[in-house]
Amino acid sequence: MAGLNRFDKRNRHERRWRGEDRLDDRNRPSRALLVALLLGCLTLITLDYRGGSDSPLEPARRTVGEVLGPVEAGVATAVRPFTAVPDFVRSRNALQNDIAELRAENSQLRGAAATSSYDRNRLEEFDGLTAAAEALQYALVPARVVGLGPSQSFSRTATIDAGSDAGIRPDMTVLNNDGLVGRVLRVTRSTATVLLVVDGESVVGGRVGESMDLGFLHGRGILGAQGRLDLELVDDSVVPDKDDSVVTWGSESGAPYVKGIPVGRVTSVFSSVRETTHHAVIEPYVDFGSLDLIGVVVPSGTRSDRAVIEADGSLQ
Amino acid sequence: MSVFRALAAGLAVGLALVLQVSLFPHLAWHGIVPNLCLLVVVGAALTRGPQFAAVLGFTAGVLLDLAPPADHVAGRWALALVIVGYLAGRVRQDVRPTAIAVVVTVAASSFVGTSVFALSGLLLRDPALSVPDLLQVILVAVVWDIVLTPFVLPLVMRMFHRLQPARATA
Repeated sequence: MAGLNRFDKRNRHERRWRGEDRLDDRNRPSRALLVALLLGCLTLITLDYRGGSDSPLEPARRTVGEVLGPVEAGVATAVRPFTAVPDFVRSRNALQNDIAELRAENSQLRGAAATSSYDRNRLEEFDGLTAAAEALQYALVPARVVGLGPSQSFSRTATIDAGSDAGIRPDMTVLNNDGLVGRVLRVTRSTATVLLVVDGESVVGGRVGESMDLGFLHGRGILGAQGRLDLELVDDSVVPDKDDSVVTWGSESGAPYVKGIPVGRVTSVFSSVRETTHHAVIEPYVDFGSLDLIGVVVPSGTRSDRAVIEADGSLQ
Repeated sequence: MSVFRALAAGLAVGLALVLQVSLFPHLAWHGIVPNLCLLVVVGAALTRGPQFAAVLGFTAGVLLDLAPPADHVAGRWALALVIVGYLAGRVRQDVRPTAIAVVVTVAASSFVGTSVFALSGLLLRDPALSVPDLLQVILVAVVWDIVLTPFVLPLVMRMFHRLQPARATA
C-alpha cells in the first residue's frame, strides 16, 4: 500500500515535469522544423541555380507575378501624384533659376515657366518618347515603372506595368527619352520585369560614337549617382576619348538590344598593363534612381492593349 | 482561427512586400530601401517565438524571391529570413521587450539577414560585387530598418499579440 502510494506520487511528480517540459517546448523551436525549413531553402536555391533560365521555379515566379504585379501597379498609381511632387518642385525650381539667369535677355522664358505644371511635365515626357521613337525609327510601347528591386538584393531590376497583353515579350529593348534602360527578362499578362543595364550581370554590346569601335558594357550593380558602366573595348589599340558617346551596336534580329540606342558618355579611361586592354567608365544618360516613363521597343504593327508609338511618331 | 491567423500574417507580409517594392524606391538612398518583410518577421519573432517566426520568415522569403522584379536565385531571401526569424525568436523573453531591446533586435536581425543574403550571393557568384560595396549596402540597410522600427514594429507586434492563440481562448 505504502509502495503504491509512493509510486503514485512519483508518477504524479513525473507527469508534472513532463507537463512543464511541454510548456517549455512551445517556446523552444522544434529542431526538426528548423532543419526542414533550411533544407527547403537549400532545395529552392539548388533548383533555381542549376535550372538557369528554364528553372523549375519560372512558373512559380510567373504565378506570383500575375497576382502581385497588378497590386504593385495599383500601389504605384496611388502614390504617383505624391511622389511626383518633389520632381515637380525640382523642375519648377530649375526653371525659375533659368529665368533668373536669362531674364535680362529672354522674357519669353518667364511666360513658359509660369505656365509649366505637373501635367505639362508629363506631356513633355510623352512628347520626348514620341520624339525618341521617331528619331530611332522603332515602334515603342509606353509603360511606367511600378516597382524597383531593393539594393539589398544586389540586382538592379524594375517592374513595368505592361506585359504580354501589351505585346511585350522577353528580350525586348527598354529605353526612355534619355537612352537605354535595359531589356525585358520575363513577362506576365499585365507586368514585365526589366533588367537595368547597371545590373552587375548586364552586358551590352556598345559602339563608341566617334571612332565606331566595338566593346562590351558591363553594369556595376550600383544605382543612383554612382551608377556607372564599364566599357571593355574589343580592339586593344584604340583609346576612347573623354566625353565620347556610346551607343548600342545591336544584336541580330534586334534581341535583346536593338542598335543605335544612346547609352552614355565616357567619363574616364584607364588601361591595365596586364590585360593589355583599355577600360573606359561610362556615365549612363538615364537616371536610374528616378525612372518613370519608359518605352519598350516592339516590332511595328504590334497588337497591344494600349496605344503604340509608331516609328513615324504617330499613335496606333 | 488558425486559418485566419495564417491569412493575417500572409497579408501583412504581402503588404510589406508591395510597399517595399512600389512605394519606398521613391525614398530610397542608392536604391537601398527599408526591408519591411524583415521587420514583420522580427515583430512576429518577438511576440510569437522562433517557431512561428521561422515559418513566417520562410513564407516572406519565398515571396521576396519570386515576386517581380526579383531576379536573383530563388531561396536566398528565404534562407536569410528563416535564420532571422529563428535568431530573433530566441532573444524573446516572456516579459514584454523594452523599446531598446526591440531596436537592438531589429538592428542585429537586419545585419544578419542582409549579410546571409549577401554571403549566399558571394558563394553562388550571383552578384559580381566587391565586399566593401556589400558592406556599405548592409550598413545603410541597418540604418533604414532602425529608422522604420518605431513606425512598423509596434503595429506588427500588436497585431501578432492580438492573434495569439492563448489570448484568443482566455
